[in-house]
Amino acid sequence: MRYSGWQVLAQGLLGNGGWRPAWRDPAPKPAYDIIIIGGGGHGLATAFYLAKEHGLTNIAVLEKGYLGGGNVGRNTTIVRANYGLPGNSEFYSHSLKLWEGLEGELNYNVMHSQRGLINLFHSDGQRDAYTRRANAIINQGDDAQILDREGVRKLLPYLDYEQTRFPIFGGLYHPRGGTARHDAVAWGFARGADQRGVDLIQNCEVTGIDIENGRVTGVQTSRGAIRAKKVGIVVAGRSSQVAAMAGMRLPIESHILQAFVTEGLKPCIDHVVTYGMGHFYISQSDKGGLVFGGDLDFYASYAARGNLPMAEHVIEAGMTLMPMIGKARMLRSWGGIMDMSPDGSPVIDRTHIDGLYLNCGWCYGGFKAVPGSGHCFAHLIATDRPHEAAARYRLDRFATGRGLMDEEGTGSQHNLH
Amino acid sequence: MQIPCPLCGPRDIREFTYKGHATYLDRPAEDAAPEAWHAYLHLRDNPAGATRDLWYHGAGCTAWLVVERDTATHAVTGARLAREVKHAG
Repeated sequence: MRYSGWQVLAQGLLGNGGWRPAWRDPAPKPAYDIIIIGGGGHGLATAFYLAKEHGLTNIAVLEKGYLGGGNVGRNTTIVRANYGLPGNSEFYSHSLKLWEGLEGELNYNVMHSQRGLINLFHSDGQRDAYTRRANAIINQGDDAQILDREGVRKLLPYLDYEQTRFPIFGGLYHPRGGTARHDAVAWGFARGADQRGVDLIQNCEVTGIDIENGRVTGVQTSRGAIRAKKVGIVVAGRSSQVAAMAGMRLPIESHILQAFVTEGLKPCIDHVVTYGMGHFYISQSDKGGLVFGGDLDFYASYAARGNLPMAEHVIEAGMTLMPMIGKARMLRSWGGIMDMSPDGSPVIDRTHIDGLYLNCGWCYGGFKAVPGSGHCFAHLIATDRPHEAAARYRLDRFATGRGLMDEEGTGSQHNLH
Repeated sequence: MQIPCPLCGPRDIREFTYKGHATYLDRPAEDAAPEAWHAYLHLRDNPAGATRDLWYHGAGCTAWLVVERDTATHAVTGARLAREVKHAG
């Protein structure tokens, strides 16, 4: 069924009896051309673009839980292309362009809202760094403006301009940045893939990867063995465990990142705002909740929940920036499991095993990457060549030291990003 | 989370700074192959469950500790002085 305003009207008049499930629930077949391990945003997008761009449809997406039940269903939904380093710059630019056509392409309302993103800065040095970054963004062909203090005040009148510890000097404004409805992105890609013939198989946990003579031949799952010519691992949050099934140790350490949402409020924060001192960023969801977060807890964790010291720290930072949020009541908090790589940038690459491909290491930035990651990973799997927008996301850069993408300039070892 | 410091007793996690997996204690020899250094610096088992990692008690006794804990539950089951772990081989 094609979704449209007319359908909503017609179904409403007819008692909404005509809606059908958005995708099938097939049983796994004995063999496929391609298996994608992981039914999150990146995996579903990969399957969608394999079908759409490369005409490959004998594909299964294997998900151990339910579709979109991991980090794509629990994040702070920010979409942006404001990176500064070669590698990240062209990739996120590519991804943002895909976002901008996504709703039409998927025939699905992902509620992509380009409300603008403002990175605040609080010193002369930080202004210089953000000006350099703005130039890098413009050179990539994307949009960036440096706002002075009064320019920020026009857009964000509710900030505390009197505080002296981190005075607001201005902001890096990225008008095409914004947010999207996180679940809808996963569902839209799932429906689009299913409509093109991809089997989306839920409650199907991969327990082993079959390799013969250096070539992948299939996977073992909780629903039996499935053969495949090619297998893609797209399981950020569990990358180390799945890669270990193929005998690989990854440059990944899993960390916890907390996020928070308040009760629904009337519209008061129109943009995405990040605090340049770090540790706090915020936007308001279309439902009205203030969605905000900060830094990692900074210890290895798979608990999917954080500890209170970081919650306290994030909220303190928020209160120093916009004291008005102190009147909002917190509704809930949650924690995602982040694939942290040493340099803070991801991996989309082949492995040393023929036919086995790896997509991991998204750190805390995977949501905005969903279309770009799926598009580039599909290209890699279909053609065995990296897409030019993701050619620098090589797994061997940590061993060779060539092409590290340390966006924060803190180094390329674990626990620095 | 609390960490049972062998010198100070159980203390709040805020007093500690996390470094990384206890594999950091197994530093390769200076003339080791580049692959050994790559593994030491970057590659991790990254267990979802029992682990051992290094924490620094900066707001306490300033000792380095090897903490035994569970990454899936945040349960902390023990802590020893890193120098004792290291010298015990």
